[in-house]
Amino acid sequence: MSQPHNSKVILEAQGIVKVLGEAPNQAKVLKGIDLQLHTGELTLLMGPSGSGKTTLLSILGCILSPSEGRLTLAGHSTQNVGPEGLADLRRRHVGFIFQGYNLVPTLTAVENVMLALDLRDQNGPDAYDNAATALEAVGLGHRIEAMPSKMSGGEKQRVAIARALAGSPSVILADEPTAALDGTNGMAVMELLARVAKDTQRAVLAVTHDHRTLQYADRIVTIDDGLILKSERPKLETEGVAKTDATAH
Amino acid sequence: MELTLTNTALIAERAAAPKRTRPARRNIPMVVKLAYRNLFHDRLSFAVTIVGIVFSVVLVAIQSGIYLGSEKKISAIIDKAPADLWIVPLGTKSYDDPSFLAGRERHMAISTSGVQSVEDMVVSFARWRKPQGGSQTVLLVGSDLQSDRPLPWNIAEGSSDGMTAADTVAIDKSYYPDLGINTMADHAEINGVTVEIAATTKRIRSFTTLPFVFTSIENARRLTGAQQNQASYERVLLTPEANLEDVRSELAIRLPDTEVLTQAEFVTRSQSYWLFQTGAGAALIAGAVLGLIVGIVIVAQTLYSSTKDHINEFATLRALGAGRGYIVKVILMQAVLSGLIGYSLGIILALGVITAAQDTKLTVIMTPHLAAALFAITIGMCVFAAISAIVKVVRIDPAVVFSR
Repeated sequence: MSQPHNSKVILEAQGIVKVLGEAPNQAKVLKGIDLQLHTGELTLLMGPSGSGKTTLLSILGCILSPSEGRLTLAGHSTQNVGPEGLADLRRRHVGFIFQGYNLVPTLTAVENVMLALDLRDQNGPDAYDNAATALEAVGLGHRIEAMPSKMSGGEKQRVAIARALAGSPSVILADEPTAALDGTNGMAVMELLARVAKDTQRAVLAVTHDHRTLQYADRIVTIDDGLILKSERPKLETEGVAKTDATAH
Repeated sequence: MELTLTNTALIAERAAAPKRTRPARRNIPMVVKLAYRNLFHDRLSFAVTIVGIVFSVVLVAIQSGIYLGSEKKISAIIDKAPADLWIVPLGTKSYDDPSFLAGRERHMAISTSGVQSVEDMVVSFARWRKPQGGSQTVLLVGSDLQSDRPLPWNIAEGSSDGMTAADTVAIDKSYYPDLGINTMADHAEINGVTVEIAATTKRIRSFTTLPFVFTSIENARRLTGAQQNQASYERVLLTPEANLEDVRSELAIRLPDTEVLTQAEFVTRSQSYWLFQTGAGAALIAGAVLGLIVGIVIVAQTLYSSTKDHINEFATLRALGAGRGYIVKVILMQAVLSGLIGYSLGIILALGVITAAQDTKLTVIMTPHLAAALFAITIGMCVFAAISAIVKVVRIDPAVVFSR
């Protein structure tokens, strides 16, 4: 698989299978996924509803355990790791961005970011400044004391991005980050995620249905019926460097 | 919107820049902040929680205060005239369950090695005839007025010197209406003998409905028809070098139709009789337990409801990597904060009630120990009430964040 210079694999999924439900009503949602996420890359995960995108995102984020297969996150295998161990991996290595923002409504913007720092034991005297800095980095320096209820959707999503960035996790996973936003805000968020990947050398994976976001992707992974159909690097392809680097299983 | 700098660069720039003005609340630990914001988010629910805790604290405080007050009232006379040993008629259930000793006990006791002094005390039911007519049963308490611990105490009007005269008594002012007395100049009759009120006391009330009437030992014998050597109890004081158990054994051998009790035993026996054998104490304890149960149910219900309201946030916290311990800490902090606020308001209200009850027939006591115990009980109650919310929250599947 070709990859950009200076990037390394930070998350690797091999042969991921996920079966949901109890027999006889079991459903094989993922049927053997191989995927690598590289630092400095924004990867878009696309596919129709029910294709397994969210389940895959949950597994990559150590929220769900795969029924079969191996997942390695920042050098740590998740095999035989219990729920608290997975929580610890998430806390140390993964930042999440949710479709519905999932900010704590009773905390201000800066406090929401400080909460993520607190979870990562970065709650020292500089926590406030660090959280404010993260908000400034997403263009919300003037709204740090605003409550989520007083913010627009775009602002909330930027707070969520700042929260995901806080504590410098190596992987950012975003679930439909533009779905609740208008076109302008949605594109701004995608541009921000692309910059986060580039400027902070993190691996960013965003699940999306929105084809307008394709322009920001370093890689586009298409999934359907629990299988990866293709994985493309449109920017490199445009530059004539590389082509599709994975195909359906 | 431009992400013009990396976080690292921004942080470095920030370090060089003057610190921004930050709100004072920044230093509050996030767990505490999250807990109180969750609590205050729904003010109506929070108010219900606090009302429940306040109700519980006040109920438990009053019931416990009445219990302590009852204990104090039951043993008040024994406490005010303490002895190393008490010689009491065999089978005595409590201090105010009086009968007479045979009459030779004082001499037998004083001649026992290790005994320094023995004082007679007469306690007897008597019939009090009111000046205006009508009667009331009273508990007549006769003691040596020259004692190192003379009875009564808390004299508000008159003096104990006036009680040395024949047929003089002291009563508590709060019993004036029960005894048909308007002023100290009024005369009444005890067992057909006219008595004069030489002194009145303040806040000396019996646990039962029978008023105490204090008098000298001589008057008490005369008014009750007891013989000159008879007493209800002998108050025995030992020499400093005496061994209490040795003297007690010796007295028990020499006085076979009596019981020889230590001060603590006599107090406990009297209190146990009234509080447990009569069921009065059980009723008070049941009231306190009921208050606790009500408090637990209200706090549990509101905490559970609050947890359900904030379940999405807790799921998000789990998804972000919060351990169960972190989330449990938030819930427990909510419980503890509720307890602290509820206790503070409850104890203020309870102290108000206790102060208001001070000059009534109800004796309610608040001690530092009781206040501390109530604090521990309140916090414990709130933590216990948090169990259902904790069970709910630790079962959260963080994967739900993707479906909300």
